[in-house]
Amino acid sequence: MSRLIPFLKTGLRNTGFLFGAVIVLVILVMALLSFVWTPHDVTNLDIGNKLKRPGLEFWFGTDHFGRDVFSMIMTGARNSIAVACVSVIIGMGIGVPLGAMAAARGGWLDDFIMRNNDFIFAFPAILSAIMITALLGPGAINAIIAIGIFNIPVFARVTRGAALSLWTREYIMAAQVAGKTVSRITVEHILPNIINLLIVQGTIQFSLGILAEAGLSYVGLGTQPPMPSWGRMLNEAQTMMAFAPHLAIVPGLAIILSVLGLNLLGDGLRDLLDPRLRRAR
Amino acid sequence: MTLLKIQNLSLSIRDTPILDKVCLSLEPGKVLGLVGESGSGKSMTALAIMQLMPKFSQTSGSIQFRNGSLEAKDLLQLSEKKMCALRGRGIGMIFQEPMTALNPLKTIGNQMMEGLRLHLRLSRSEAETRIIRLMDRVGLPVNKIPLGRYPHELSGGQRQRIIIAIAIALKPSLLIADEPTTALDVTTQAQILDLLQELVAETQAGLLLISHDLAVVADMADHIAIMKSGAIVEQDETLNLFGNLKHPYSRALLKASTHVPPKVTTRRKTSTETPVLSVRALSRDYPLSRQFPYIRRRLFRANDGIAFDIYKGESVGLVGESGCGKSTLARAILALEPIQEGIVRLNGQLFNSPQLSKQQKNGLADLKKHVQVVFQDPFGSFNPRHMVGRSIAEPLHLTRPAVSQTEQNERVKCALHDVRLSAEDAQKYPHEFSGGQRQRLAIARALISRPSLIIADEPVSALDVSVRAQILDLFSELRSSLGISYLFISHDLHVVRAVTDRVLIMKNGKIIETGNTVDVFTDPQMAYTRQLLSASLSLETVLDKKSGSTFLPTLSPL
Repeated sequence: MSRLIPFLKTGLRNTGFLFGAVIVLVILVMALLSFVWTPHDVTNLDIGNKLKRPGLEFWFGTDHFGRDVFSMIMTGARNSIAVACVSVIIGMGIGVPLGAMAAARGGWLDDFIMRNNDFIFAFPAILSAIMITALLGPGAINAIIAIGIFNIPVFARVTRGAALSLWTREYIMAAQVAGKTVSRITVEHILPNIINLLIVQGTIQFSLGILAEAGLSYVGLGTQPPMPSWGRMLNEAQTMMAFAPHLAIVPGLAIILSVLGLNLLGDGLRDLLDPRLRRAR
Repeated sequence: MTLLKIQNLSLSIRDTPILDKVCLSLEPGKVLGLVGESGSGKSMTALAIMQLMPKFSQTSGSIQFRNGSLEAKDLLQLSEKKMCALRGRGIGMIFQEPMTALNPLKTIGNQMMEGLRLHLRLSRSEAETRIIRLMDRVGLPVNKIPLGRYPHELSGGQRQRIIIAIAIALKPSLLIADEPTTALDVTTQAQILDLLQELVAETQAGLLLISHDLAVVADMADHIAIMKSGAIVEQDETLNLFGNLKHPYSRALLKASTHVPPKVTTRRKTSTETPVLSVRALSRDYPLSRQFPYIRRRLFRANDGIAFDIYKGESVGLVGESGCGKSTLARAILALEPIQEGIVRLNGQLFNSPQLSKQQKNGLADLKKHVQVVFQDPFGSFNPRHMVGRSIAEPLHLTRPAVSQTEQNERVKCALHDVRLSAEDAQKYPHEFSGGQRQRLAIARALISRPSLIIADEPVSALDVSVRAQILDLFSELRSSLGISYLFISHDLHVVRAVTDRVLIMKNGKIIETGNTVDVFTDPQMAYTRQLLSASLSLETVLDKKSGSTFLPTLSPL
C-alpha cells in the first residue's frame, strides 16, 4: 500500500497514462453496467423505430431492426472484454511457464519450446481462428481459444527474454549456491522481478485481443447473434453506410477508443513501473 | 602559459550542489591527476569542461581554456555551436568503458575517420592515410589490425587504444581521460599508461587524468588534486603532496589505499589432516557454437588440469587476468556446473565429478552448506524485491532438518552481528544500503550456513578504497574468529598479497605457479608472474621510483 500512493501520484502527472486509464475505466463501467441495466433491451426488435438518427431517446440511434445502438455498444463491450480477458489469461497461463522453463533449462528444451512458438507465431490470429472454427464451429468460445493460442508465444518470448537476463544475476547464483532448485528460483526470484513486464505486455495483448475479437466477429467467426458484438455491428452497418453512417461510426469509434486507451495505459504503466525511465524524468 | 584554468567552478543540478568552488590549472605537456572516491564529482568536472552536463544543471565560476596559440576563452560562456567545434578538436576525451565507448555497428576505421572528416573536411583517402599513421602510433599496425574490423573483434586493451587514437586524431591541446584503465587488466593498464605518457610528451598536450586509483595517478601525474564531495580538499605537485598530506581526508585515503589487514597467524597443519577443499585434475570444457549442423562441436577448455588443496583456516589467492578461467573454476568448485574431468572434494567427500550419478548429486545438499560464495557486484547480489533478512537466510534452505522461523531470525541476527551490522537491518530492502554495506550483507549470507570455505570472487573490486580496507579487515577478522578458509579470487595483486597465505597464478585455464604468497611476490619463478608483478602499480614503489630514493609519505602532525 505504501508503494501504491507515490505510484498513483506520478501516474496522475503522466497524461498518457491518465487518459488511457480514464478511457479503460469508462468502458469497464459500461460493460459492468450492461449486466444490470441498458437503456433498451438489445434483443427486442422494434421495427417501428428502425434506423433512427442519434437523439434524446436513442442516444446513438437505432439499427435496421430498431435496436438501440448505445445498448448494443454496452453489451458488446462486455463481450469484447470477456473474450480479450480470457484469451490473455490463456496466453499468460501457458506462455509464461513455457518461457520461464525455456530460460531456466536451456539446451534442447529451450530450442524445442521456442521453435514451436515460432511455428504458432507464424499464423495470424485470424487464420488460426478460421482453422479452429472450421473444426469446432463458430462462436465466442472458439474465438477465445484462437486468440488465446495466438497470445501464448508472445508471453513465452517476453518471459524467456527477461528471465534469461535475470539468470546471470549474482543473486540468482547465490540462490543456486544455497541449493535451491531451478523451479523454486523461478518462482521466488525470477517471476516477481518480471511481473512488471508481464503486466505491461498483458495490457497490450488485451487491446490486441479486443481488435482480434472485432475482426473475427466481423467475418462472422466470433460472437454469434443475438449477442451484440462491435465487429458484427460494423459488418451489418456496411451495407447502410450511405443513409445511416452512425451505425458504422459508433462501433468503429468504440473499437478505436478502447484500443487507444489500453495502449496508452500499457505505455504509461511501462514508464511508471520501469525504475530507469522513472529516474530519467 | 596556462592551458586550462578552472576558477571557482560550482555546479548544481536542480538545486542539489554537485561541485563546490573547484579550482584547477593545467600547463601544456603536463599531467594533472584528479583523485577521489565514487560520487566525489571527478567525472562531473570533466563533463563541465566539455560542457556536456546533464539537464537542469547550473554553473558558476569560469573555465579558461587556451586552444593552441589562440587567446583563452571561458568555456562556460561559449555557445553550443562553438563548443561543438572545440570538442574533439581542442579537447579530446578518453572514456572508461572500452566496451561501450565504441559503436558496435561501425568499423573502427569509420569511427576514427568521423572526427577527421567532420572537423578538417578531409576526403576519405586523406583521412585514411592519417588514420594509418595514428594506428601505428597507438601500437596497432594496420597490417595486423585492418581498418575494417569491428569493435567486438578487438580485445579490451586494443579498443582502448582505438579510443585513444580517436581522441588524439585532431591533435587536441587538452586530453581528458576519465578512468582510462579501470576496466583493463594490470598488464594492459601498464601499456596504456605508457602510451598516454609518451603521447603527452610528444604532442605537448595537457592531460587531465581522472582516477580512483592513487597509484595510477601518482605514477602519471605531475600535479594531483584530491576531491571529496564536490570540493578539492588538497592539491599540490605530486611528491610534495604525498610528502606532506594536510587534509584529514587525504590522509585517510592514503592510509586506506596502502592498508594491510592484520595478519592472521595460520595454524600449522598436520600431515594427516584432510583438506577442506581438494581439487584434482579438474577440467572444464565449453562447447563452441556449431559451424555446420553435421560438424562436431569444438570445445573450449576453460580450466585445464587444475589441482590444489585448501586446509582449514587457510586463505588462498587465485590470481589471473580476465578471461583466464578464474570464475569458471569458482563455479565448478561450487558444483553449479558439471565438470568434464577431475574431482572436487569438500571435507574429504566427493562434491563435483563427472562420475557422480544423479542420485548422488541430489544427496549433496548437506555438503553444499559447507561452501558459500561472495560475489563482486554489491548491487547485483541481492533480489531487489526481497527484504535483506530473507536473502541472508537463503542458504539455511540447505540445513536438514529445516530450521524453525525463530531460529532462522536468530541466526540472521547473529550473522548481521558478525559483519558489524545491526539486527534491524534485516527488515530493510537492498537499495537502502551503500555498496560497502551490501558487501557486508553478502558476507553475512555466506556466513549463515556456517561454511568451512568461502569463495570470494573479486569481493572488493567494485568498492572505493576506504570501504575496501574495511571489508578486507572484516574478512581477516572472520577468519581468525571463525576459522573459515577462503579462496580469494582477484586480479588485484595488492589485495591478494594483503589477505592470503598462499597464491595460485592462473593463465589460460592452467595454474602456472603456486606457492606461499610472500615467496611468489618476492621471488616469482615464471616469466608471466614476473610480468604481472612488474605491471601492477603500488603507491610505495611508484613514489620511490619518482623521487629516486625510498620515499616515505609523511603524515605531519596536524
